[in-house]
Parts: sequence; structure tokens; C-alpha cells
Amino acid sequence: MKTKLTHYLEDNIPMAENTLILPKDSNDALALNVPMVEDKQYSTLNLGPVHPATHGIFQNILTMDGEKIVDSEQTVGYIHRAFEKIAERRPFYQITTLTDRLNYCSSPINNFGWHMTVEKLLGVKVPKRAEYIRVIMMELARISDHLICNSILGVDTGAYSGFLYVMQEREKIYEIYEEVCGARLTTNMGRIGGMERDLSPTAIAKIRDLVFNSFPKVWAEFETLFNRNKIFRDRIQNVGGISSARAMEYGFTGPNLRATGVDYDVRVIEPYSSYEDFDFEIPIGHKGDTFDRFMVRNGEVWESLKIIQQAIENLPEGPYYADEDQYYLPPKKEVYSSMEALIYHFKIVMGEIDAPVGEVYHAVEGGNGELGFYLISDGGRTPFRLHFRRPSFIYYQAYPEMCKGLTISDAVVIMSSLNVIAGELDA
Amino acid sequence: MINNESIVEEVVGQFGQKVFGFEEPFGLLTFTTNASDLVEVVGFLKNHAEFKFAFLTDLAGIHFPDNIGGELCSVCMLHSWENNIRVRIKAFVPIVDPKVPTLTTLFASANWQERETFDFYGIEYTGHPNLKRILNMEDMDYFPMRKEYPLEDATREDKIDALFGR
Repeated sequence: MKTKLTHYLEDNIPMAENTLILPKDSNDALALNVPMVEDKQYSTLNLGPVHPATHGIFQNILTMDGEKIVDSEQTVGYIHRAFEKIAERRPFYQITTLTDRLNYCSSPINNFGWHMTVEKLLGVKVPKRAEYIRVIMMELARISDHLICNSILGVDTGAYSGFLYVMQEREKIYEIYEEVCGARLTTNMGRIGGMERDLSPTAIAKIRDLVFNSFPKVWAEFETLFNRNKIFRDRIQNVGGISSARAMEYGFTGPNLRATGVDYDVRVIEPYSSYEDFDFEIPIGHKGDTFDRFMVRNGEVWESLKIIQQAIENLPEGPYYADEDQYYLPPKKEVYSSMEALIYHFKIVMGEIDAPVGEVYHAVEGGNGELGFYLISDGGRTPFRLHFRRPSFIYYQAYPEMCKGLTISDAVVIMSSLNVIAGELDA
Repeated sequence: MINNESIVEEVVGQFGQKVFGFEEPFGLLTFTTNASDLVEVVGFLKNHAEFKFAFLTDLAGIHFPDNIGGELCSVCMLHSWENNIRVRIKAFVPIVDPKVPTLTTLFASANWQERETFDFYGIEYTGHPNLKRILNMEDMDYFPMRKEYPLEDATREDKIDALFGR
């Protein structure tokens, strides 16, 4: 496993390896600080709650001086569904369906993140094959997440065709989800202790076709459409830059942080689910502007493809679930034919088994950054407290600072490139 | 080599009786401090030359109804990226006067997370620049994540409690 500076950026400024960017070298100065003047008339503009650029429901109240944004305030919570409260009354399996609806562009990552948190609490050792299958599904989810973000960034700037090219591939990823778990968007994939079923030959064939044949071609085509497109780059380059120090202070994680030049990735720093077995690089940017975020996501898609290719080539033989009959649901065939399996199925689904007492934090690298689950169990059937560390919620508070002094069209692309998902924002 | 023991040693050496309740659930160093000392302790860990706990990972509230005199808990989790080590710091406050000093002076990301904790638990972060509700509507007059608000109507009679353990 290596971390190094990426070659994906074309105008690469030479830098020593693993160094942070000093604020003076970044383009913080681009975020103009327009002071508010008393007695001056400012106009107020509502960007949202329902605006094509918000990708969900949240509001930005912009204070404008002509075309310049002088200040903005966010109103969030329009789709708040009280997941943390609901989780306090639900057994562990029933919480998986809640995690689906956090970042609904990459549900499998949330599902497995939650399952891994419970496994950490229970001390379950998951077999290698199940971990590899999880890695494949999580990386497919990351691809579909980044693909949506980047292609929608194109749509928001008026470049529609790239979006249509890659949506075809997202459809193929959803077909793989369908083959593995039966659902497409809110997947509820996997079980505590492994997967609910092994990868079928059809699923393996579909994954192989996607990662070896169809997807690399389409993604290369997408990159040729955008990366050196003068109109597109003029819109996004040097827009919404943030320094690495400021990004750290604002709690940035994931691609948005890596665009500022910090190579922090949970998959590398705290490997989970056998990520240490794979050889991949972490693409990073150097200015933290919208173009860097776009390019970092492009690069991550290639790295995810590399991981899936390695995982599918080296898929280990063996069981796909842990021998954990207190938590792993028995196979449906046995449930319908044997009394004991039926009893276990009922006990697990109704949460009749008390979990051990414990306090556990587990983080996975979600589509937008570090997705953390902070679980306190008091020995009952449900969590005593469950807190989701939602990356979108934490980094979105930097948005006013990032779009200060810029125009509305810049504010739209910044919001789009931050990839704020309303489900994750509000929980 | 920085590990949990060296952090405990350093923190106890600096703060003595102000930090207590050390434990390591699943290897993550957890300790408690008084609410009045929280900013000092977190600032010490953030600016320490070796530890460099410069990233606030998470900030959450917890309600322990049975812990009389310290019913509400504000827990924050710091991460040192350079040493790859995490630490969790708790501060317990009584529910009648839940005041915790704000961490926004140290971390900009604490802003919304403290607003969220205030919104759901009613912990008042003194010195916070904009302490108002964030996810719930502003005219709400209670703190919904507190344990006295059950999710289901307790008077419901169409479910037999003995069968479902509710």
C-alpha cells in the first residue's frame, strides 16, 4: 500500500512528498472578503430549499451586493428523520435500513460500516471471502457516488452529455447490487458477520464485465470530455479554494480534504475489511478548489477500479459468513424447513438477544469522507446511544466561507463539488 | 512512541486531579474532565508538540438519566493524524444547569456539532457564536433526544409487552 502525490493533475506543482500546503501557498486569497457596510442596501436571495443545484432539500440564504455574495446562512433539517432517536428503540438489524438512507448514493458503504461497528462490539471475526466481497461492493458504491457527483457537476455547469454517458454505467452498478442483495438504491446489503449469500456466477460475470471492459472506456471518455475542456475549466478552476489548515479545522474528510493536499484516508490509516491487502494510491490535489475536487474524485474512481480488479482476481475461497449463530440470520431454506432455524430467525429479527456492554467507535471511508458510528450499548437489545458522524454535515458549515466574494454561478459549482447529500446532512 | 499510556502520563502530569475516569474501550483512550476544564484540556492536546490532536472527529451528547448530578454528557473525539491515535473526552453536567464551554474557539467544525447537541440535548455551550436549533424547528420547546421522551406512545395497548420485550 502506498500513498503518494497523484499524477492526475496536469499542472502539477512540484512538492515534497507528504507535506501539507501552507496557507500562503494556497488560493485562500481568492475567497475575497467583501466587508459589510452599514446603510448599504443588500439584496437577499434564497438558493433553495428546492433548487436544481441543492441536490436535496436545504436552503442557502445569500446576502448579495450586486452579483457578489457578501454573506450567506444555511438552513438545514428539512428532511431530518430522527434516526438517532429511532435507533435507540430498534434491534441492530433494523438499524441497517436507517443507514441506507444517510448517503443514499452509496448505501452499501453505510450498511457495511454499521455491520462492522456491531461486529467490533461483538468481537466477531469475519472470514476473508466476506471481507473481499464487502470491499468489492463498497468500491462499486464509491464509484457510483463519485460518478454522480462529477457528472452532476457537469450538468450544473451546462455540460449534459457526460452525465448521460456515465448514468449507463451506474445502471450497471445498480444491476450488480440487485444481483447481490435484491435492491437497488436502499440496499440493506449484508449481514452482521458476513454476507447474506455468496456472489453468484452472474454477479461475478457482471462485475468482471464492468471493471475490465465497459467502465474504464466510459470513464476515459468522460475524462476527455471534461478534463481539458476550456469552458468547463474556466468555470471551476480557482473557484472555492480552501487551504489544508482551514479544511482540517472545518472537519473536512474524504475527497474534499484530499483536494487540499492532505492524504488522509480511513482505508489507509485504519484499514478495515482487509483494505491492507490491496495496492492503491490516494489521489490528492494542491489548491483545494473545485477543479481539484473534481480531479481527485476522477482519480479515486480509477483507484477504486484497481481495488475491485485486485479483489475479484484474488477472491479467496471459503465461507462467506462468520459462524455467529446468535447474530447471523439462518439461511431462508432452513428457516422454512427446520424448527430451530425458525426460532433463531425470530429471535434475531426481534432482537431477543442482549448485546454486550460496550462503547465503540468505528469509521469507514464513505463517499464523502469519514463516516463514523459511535455506539454505546448498555447490554440491552437496542443501542443506548448511537451517533452517526456524518461527513456532509460537518464540512458543509465551511460553505459560507468558501463562496464569500464570489458570484451565484460559482456558489452553485462549489455546492455541487462538495457533494452535500441531504440525507447525510440531516440524518 | 506515542501510545495511550504516554498520553495518560502527560495529561495527568499536566492536569492532575482535573482528569479522571480513564478507560480504554476497544483500545480508544477515554477519560472525563470537569466541564470548566474542558477547553483547557482539549487545547492542551491540540497544541501539544508531540501529540498534535489537531482534528475534531466527532462531538455528541449523551443522556444518562441515572447519573444524578451529571445527567448530560458532552463527548468529543479528537484524532491525531500524524500519530494515528484517537482520544475521547467526556464532560458531565447536571441537567438543571447544563453549561459546557464551547470548543468553537479551538475548532471551527465544533460550531454546527454543538448546535446539534444543543438542539437534541439542551446542553448550552457558553461562548458559542450562534447557539440556536439546527435540525429541529426553532419554536420547539423541548430537547427530543433526552430519555424522558419515549419514541412510542407508552399508553399504547395493542401490543403485548411481555412478548416483544418493549
